[in-house]
Amino acid sequence: MAERTIQAAAPGITAPGARPGRGSRSLRRILQWSGVLPFGTYVALGLAAPTIAIAIAAFRNPSTGSFTLSNVRLATEGSYLPGLRNGIVLATASAIVPGIFGLLIAYAIHTAKRGRLLRQMVITASGVFANFGGVPLAFLFIATLSTTGVVTGWLSDLGWDPWNHGFTLYNPVGVFVVYMYFQIPLMVLVILPALEGLRPAWREAAENMGAGTWQYWRHVGGPVLFPAFLGCVLLLFGSAFSAYATAEALTGGTVAITSIQIGALENGNVLAGQQNVGYALGLFMVVIIGIVMIFYAILQRRAARWLR
Amino acid sequence: MAAVASTGQAIAQPPGPAARPARRGGSFPVWRWAILLAAAAYFLIPLYSALKFAGLKAFPGIFRQSGFISAMGLSLRLALITTILTLLLMVPTVVYVHLRLPQIRRMMEAITILPIVIPPIVLIIGVLKVAPGFLLGTPYLLALLYVILAMPFAYRSLDAGLRAFDLKTMVEAASSLGAGLPATLWRVVLPNIRTAMLSATVLTVALVLGEFTMASLDLYQTFPVWIVNFEQNSGPVSVAASLFALFVTWILLMVIVTAGSWSSRKRGGGEVALFTVVRQDFSQTTGEPE
Amino acid sequence: MTASTTAGSGRHGRSGRHGDGMGAPVTLQDLSRSFGAVRALDGLSLHIAPGELVALLGPSGCGKTTALRIVAGFEAADAGSVTVDGKDLSPVAAAKRDMGMVFQSYSLFPNMTALDNVGFGLRMRRLRAADRQRRSAELLDMVGLSPQARSYPHQLSGGQQQRVALARALAIEPRVLLLDEPLSALDAKVRLQLREQIRALQQRLGTTTLFVTHDQEEALSMADRVGVMKDGRLEQVAAPDELYARPATAFVAEFVGIMNRLPGSLLGQDQVRALDTVVPVHGDVPAGLAGDVDVLVRPEGLQIAAAPGGNGIVTDRTFLGSVTRISVRLSGDVTVKVDYPSAAAASLTPGESVQVSLPAAAVLVTGRR
Repeated sequence: MAERTIQAAAPGITAPGARPGRGSRSLRRILQWSGVLPFGTYVALGLAAPTIAIAIAAFRNPSTGSFTLSNVRLATEGSYLPGLRNGIVLATASAIVPGIFGLLIAYAIHTAKRGRLLRQMVITASGVFANFGGVPLAFLFIATLSTTGVVTGWLSDLGWDPWNHGFTLYNPVGVFVVYMYFQIPLMVLVILPALEGLRPAWREAAENMGAGTWQYWRHVGGPVLFPAFLGCVLLLFGSAFSAYATAEALTGGTVAITSIQIGALENGNVLAGQQNVGYALGLFMVVIIGIVMIFYAILQRRAARWLR
Repeated sequence: MAAVASTGQAIAQPPGPAARPARRGGSFPVWRWAILLAAAAYFLIPLYSALKFAGLKAFPGIFRQSGFISAMGLSLRLALITTILTLLLMVPTVVYVHLRLPQIRRMMEAITILPIVIPPIVLIIGVLKVAPGFLLGTPYLLALLYVILAMPFAYRSLDAGLRAFDLKTMVEAASSLGAGLPATLWRVVLPNIRTAMLSATVLTVALVLGEFTMASLDLYQTFPVWIVNFEQNSGPVSVAASLFALFVTWILLMVIVTAGSWSSRKRGGGEVALFTVVRQDFSQTTGEPE
Repeated sequence: MTASTTAGSGRHGRSGRHGDGMGAPVTLQDLSRSFGAVRALDGLSLHIAPGELVALLGPSGCGKTTALRIVAGFEAADAGSVTVDGKDLSPVAAAKRDMGMVFQSYSLFPNMTALDNVGFGLRMRRLRAADRQRRSAELLDMVGLSPQARSYPHQLSGGQQQRVALARALAIEPRVLLLDEPLSALDAKVRLQLREQIRALQQRLGTTTLFVTHDQEEALSMADRVGVMKDGRLEQVAAPDELYARPATAFVAEFVGIMNRLPGSLLGQDQVRALDTVVPVHGDVPAGLAGDVDVLVRPEGLQIAAAPGGNGIVTDRTFLGSVTRISVRLSGDVTVKVDYPSAAAASLTPGESVQVSLPAAAVLVTGRR
């Protein structure tokens, strides 16, 4: 085990409390916090440092190293602004629709007393699919819904070829269809704990007082669950907004959303003097995510009040 | 539970004739099957399509392609290292927070949720900028980064597992019986979060085996990256490889989960529910005697 | 005792070092502890003789659990000391204090069988597996749970779990046994059974015991002495019968057993008039009290007789076995309860007029509420 970590935690756990010193109160408090030092360091190095580096680079002129706003400016011109817009719209749709489906599925398995095996299976499947993205997923859907895909074939046989009606896998709409594949399972996983918090006693009490199913959900279940639900939807937004691999593999890097554009810039498809525009774009993404996270935190606090 | 059965009508027909909360038999209401069937269709059809597209003959072709062994090997190695590192980092931290710093739990949740929402693409370009030279040269930088990506899942699983029993009382009991810190962790705490650690492992492994973005930009050929690089050569084989990747992940997870559930049920533990711990006797959530 | 036992003798030991049993004398000296602005303990001092069972009794928030946890080593006192067998334990970590503790609930290790739970402390003391098993089995037998040795905690009822917890605490032959409201989470019948069992075991082994509870019946029935606490201080420490018959303060009087409150007026410093009688005051009059006061009397301390035109009307009666508790409303809207032998209480029915009076015995006085 991590000896280092245990040592740091030791003063905390093996009761320094037994020593009634007066001056050692603040020392004790420092020791208390030392237990999360490894974690804090890791997060600082792995999350904070890169983010700060990006923030700095976003304002740096690539050739002279001096402060400049040109990266940021360029990041809002040309195809970048539509890219941001597409990215946000795509993420929003990819959050709400899977959010609802995910909730329904989670609810379907959560209340199944005799369906324990079913629940186990669905949960495991969700764990697998929530992380299943990128290339394999893209290939799956190409095989399914491309012009020569299997399902496309079925639908054509039935007389309605989606490709003839404007459908394409290679624009944000197509990407949305594919995103559902991991967004729905993600929703199932993150909403289940909230569902566990809905006590059966509430339902029974409501029925006892004459409430029907609809009234229960309208007055009790819905309001209680709503903050958690919204929070999870925000989470899904973040996940969809950040996604890169799937869209990249699916469209070959041609769909106009921000994450793809950053990838392109990083891979060298850059005009002279614009090397740091990618960092500016990255900064935008971080800011947007940051705002989303703040709302998420507020909602979680609300949800926790009732559901824990 | 009557509540359960009559809830069944809820979502399908909201404003309709309010379902009489009568005692129904414990049968699955229709809407539940409808939803699950629709979901199954959406998830299984692409798998089937891919299978059909690739053709069964394409599968043996996977192994014959060059680089398969090394790519697969790299991914598995990374998965192992990431899992170990993640557990080493998160288990003591979460236990410590539960025991000594319960007030920052909310903040911990917020921090550990960040990796889900921080674009890996953004993260990797940042890391490539700040990472020291010696790390950049090895693929194990990826393992270190994957630990960050795995954090949300690991944290939530471990947190849920620890909330399922009264950690503080148990640690004090062990202490009163003469156990020092290591003995307490090893004999009392760890055995009781075995299920949660399993969940964390499962999610971490799934993550590593599927991660493409950071690996490709870091220019290392992990299995997912290898699959992409193969598209040019052979469509069917690539698709077959994708299915294979999914299949391998699935099997791995099922094995881990089944083994874990079985052993924990013996000791009265819950199922491996990934983010929560569900007790056997399914009443309400395990009481939280905090 | 400690030396011989921790060397792993595994003997069912009576050390002979501290009288008959394993217990050591415990002294709490001027313990104080604050949590922020709240003063949980305010100079608590208590001495527990070897083998004695002392109960700390009081309402929630009175500091009794804090005191226990300080003795156990899970909290540190801001001031004061804990001395066991002459040795100051302040610098000693909880794990090294050699005390057995039984918690309120959920303290059994779910991943171990009952037998392994009981043997845990012995394992920490490096007893060999064979000795450990034998001793654990002995203790499970003592609490009557031998058949459940291989059961897991989740398979045991609440009462059984606490018995295992007790066996586990006693397995290490502790010098001091600490019990933190161990029966609160159990249902009534189990609670009664366990009370007797704990007491019997404790006496048999002669372990010094500190028992915290908010249930006065529990404290009175189990303890050698009871310390009543309020707001971090001990109001009175005495044997149960002493506590009941001669409560030192009004708080103790009302907390232990049932007390009636009657309006009265103080006459000087040692007499009080109530119910048209003048009676002496028991003990000292609380400082600053004069004029209108409340008089405290037990139900069995009042006299009652059927009398038309008396000073009260019977409102209710409760059959308690050999006595019947009669509720009477006196003039001035004061309600009292009077205990009267059931055999003779037939005529005291609701609606009847009665005369309630004070016998010529000393009474406690306290401020008018």
